Amino acid sequence: MESFAHLLDRLVLTPSRNGKIRLLVDYFARTPDPDRGYALAAITRDLDVASVKPAMLRGLMNERMDEVLFKLSYDYVGDLAETIALVWDSEQRTAGQGHDVQPASDKSAADLSLTQIVETLNTLGKTEAMGQVSNWLDQLDASGRYALLKLVTGGMRIGVSARLAKQALSEFGKRYIKIDIIEIEELWHGLEIPYEDLFAWLEGKADKPSHLAAAPFRPAMLANALADSDMRKLDPDHYAAEWKWDGIRVQVTSEGGTRRIYSRTGDDISRSFPDLVEAMDFEGSLDGELLVGRPNNTGEIEIGSFSDLQQRLNRKTVSKKLLVTHPVVVRTYDLLADETTNLRDQSFEMRRGQLEAFAKRLDPTRFDISPLIPLTNWDDLAQLRENLPHPVIEGVMIKRWDSIYVPGRPKGPWFKWKKDPMLIDAVLMYAQRGHGKRSSYYSDYTFGVWTEDDALVPVGKAYFGFTDEELKQIDKFVRDNTVERFGPVRSVKAQRDFGLVLEIAFEGIQRSKRHKSGVAMRFPRISRLRWDKPPHEADSLTSIESLLTP
Amino acid sequence: MRPDQLLHPTPKGLYCPVSDFYIDPVQPVDRALITHGHADHARSGHHSVWATEQTLDIMAIRYGEEFCSERHVANLRETFVLNGVTIGFWPAGHVLGSAQILVEHQGLRIVASGDYKRRRDPSCLSFEPVPCDVFITEATFALPVFRHPDDVGEIQKLLSSVQQFPESAHLVGVYALGKAQRLISLIREAGHNKTIFIHGALKKLCDYYETQGVELGPLSSATLAKGEKGDFAGSIVMGPPSAFTDKWARRFPDPIICFASGWMQVRQRARQRGVELPLILSDHCDWDELLDTILEIKPREVWVTHGRDDALVRWCELNQIKARPLHLVGYEDESE
Ligand SMILES: [Zn+2]
Repeated sequence: MESFAHLLDRLVLTPSRNGKIRLLVDYFARTPDPDRGYALAAITRDLDVASVKPAMLRGLMNERMDEVLFKLSYDYVGDLAETIALVWDSEQRTAGQGHDVQPASDKSAADLSLTQIVETLNTLGKTEAMGQVSNWLDQLDASGRYALLKLVTGGMRIGVSARLAKQALSEFGKRYIKIDIIEIEELWHGLEIPYEDLFAWLEGKADKPSHLAAAPFRPAMLANALADSDMRKLDPDHYAAEWKWDGIRVQVTSEGGTRRIYSRTGDDISRSFPDLVEAMDFEGSLDGELLVGRPNNTGEIEIGSFSDLQQRLNRKTVSKKLLVTHPVVVRTYDLLADETTNLRDQSFEMRRGQLEAFAKRLDPTRFDISPLIPLTNWDDLAQLRENLPHPVIEGVMIKRWDSIYVPGRPKGPWFKWKKDPMLIDAVLMYAQRGHGKRSSYYSDYTFGVWTEDDALVPVGKAYFGFTDEELKQIDKFVRDNTVERFGPVRSVKAQRDFGLVLEIAFEGIQRSKRHKSGVAMRFPRISRLRWDKPPHEADSLTSIESLLTP
Repeated sequence: MRPDQLLHPTPKGLYCPVSDFYIDPVQPVDRALITHGHADHARSGHHSVWATEQTLDIMAIRYGEEFCSERHVANLRETFVLNGVTIGFWPAGHVLGSAQILVEHQGLRIVASGDYKRRRDPSCLSFEPVPCDVFITEATFALPVFRHPDDVGEIQKLLSSVQQFPESAHLVGVYALGKAQRLISLIREAGHNKTIFIHGALKKLCDYYETQGVELGPLSSATLAKGEKGDFAGSIVMGPPSAFTDKWARRFPDPIICFASGWMQVRQRARQRGVELPLILSDHCDWDELLDTILEIKPREVWVTHGRDDALVRWCELNQIKARPLHLVGYEDESE
């Protein structure tokens, strides 16, 4: 338990991706089975153990400790699990009855393993679990108690995505075997906690686990970005073109009664979209774009805006009302399996034909086909890209007719050609110090535009898009022109005739009630530093409102 | 005589009207008794100062030889009489030279402990309990959440991270007086003998500790001449915490920001400051040590100076120990 607890402590505070991966890889390397597997499941939040309600923990603390002292502690720390982990005192001296014992020595938690904890919890009901947890708290040190409490209250939020965990696994495997992360993505949903077969394979001690999952994930094929000049070298006759929809790329698979919606990295996101799952009454596997939409009176699906789709994202549970007001649909691109027949080794041309036949059997209120765009020459396509027919299209896709469906991002067969970003000129208002490598730089910027009464209102934040050299220049500007400091944040001189103008690139702008300016940008980044431009020439709120996505 | 006739709080600090002196005054006064060299306790500009020799040396290093007009060395564990009041200095275990001050008059004994801790510290003398009627305690970490773990484990955290990330420099934020030298001593005890790089702000005090017999091993300046390139990969670098968010820190490869402080016990504190590797190492008592000390000394009364007096006073009440907060202002030791 001790090493798991230390791993959590470090992961939470390590900002860099590579740092997190290193910590995970080292942990996998020095931790035996099945501990490391349970740890992996806890980190990716796939572990389901008997839970303890916060109210029960509070009740327990009230019995053990003076209420006033607990309240003072909780007010100071602000997190229930952490407060209990810190104040927990196996001798209960803080309860009020002082006696002359030595300070509670840090008991060694080495003999209590994560495996013991998880396997015991799995056999207990809720009330029994509480008693057991209390016993364990006596045996663990503060950091172990914190890990245990986060585990049983389901509050394990440590900034490690399933994607990052898979990356760490593949790095770990590379120490022993030749492996690509795609192989792990493909296997993931067939694996069972505590993943002993996975680790055995990664360490070169056993063969790759065989596919056990129904409706497995098929690693997605991705496109390379294409520059205008490179495109001219391609022969249009060999390529098909279609719109690049700006929703969520998904794989919807329904096989032998199991229905799953996967993200493009193989995360199972079915739970967020029960309305779509219900409509998946087919046998096969489709690749497409998940969007909000509903049929119009001619029966064709009308796609909603990106902010409509945002209503459906990052929700664990979906209200009935939302299912009615914001139904999701899939605009299909490709057919990967038709019943039990694998189509990935056939050409795109063949698959497209099969898709058109297959789509006839799909629920027309939930599925349609992403239409092909006639392609005769690149100039016509460039023309179309300038005048996209729908706001939720972010460019065009170009696919070789003879391309088979392969995992990853192969060079050559598929290209994406995005529309140009929107640009505004904004004024730097606040700067915040970065983390890790950037902790001595002011690297996170809040920028604003002018209101009608010549004041600046913040419209967004950006922390990338600039070179290292530009970062140094902005940092110097911030330090030389600080008006006020609030902890890690500085407000910067920003007046009509003095300040730093930043050219901001972004993918769209929407109304937002949460922001003072009433607008929110998508993927804002800094595209140029306009040292040459006086701040009063920067954009106004009125001018950027005209860019609002319908 | 009531205790507060012998010693009571004033805006300038604890005052003894019988003998006319202050303990750790926050403003210039005629006569000052100083517990230890931290800037909030030891200020310059007093006329006469009584303190241990080491504290006087440290004040001279920090403020220059002219920090007061008259220095009086107080020998540890000896008493002397000042205007009819008996005074004595006993080790407090906080930093080099730190002392508790005994004030005794007409059989009434009050001990002002200044800042203190009970852990072993290879860089200074340990706290010695002094029997008294009134014990004046600090309360910097007087909340049940502060239960500082074993030092050895914290040092291990640092050394294993140095091994795990050999391409990085570990930048450890420390206070220049006490924390820096204690941390270096503990690192040496753990068997790490490589050069430790220090920020210029630490140098004089590290040198002084060496003259007092505290061996710190190979130290080198982390400050480079213009254009010079240092090789800091895999090394430990120490400096005041503010230096690591400053441009100064850019010379270090893939820095990992560490901070050695009792405050690092609370994760949110570490997160707010951008600390990646918190080292829970304090020069003050944690909650358990405060309670143990009060139970060990068994004073008739406990007075609580700066810090979180509410929790400690509450605990004393629950245990039928008479306690009162003094609400002294101006002491911000180890705060941010
Ligand atoms: Zn101090």
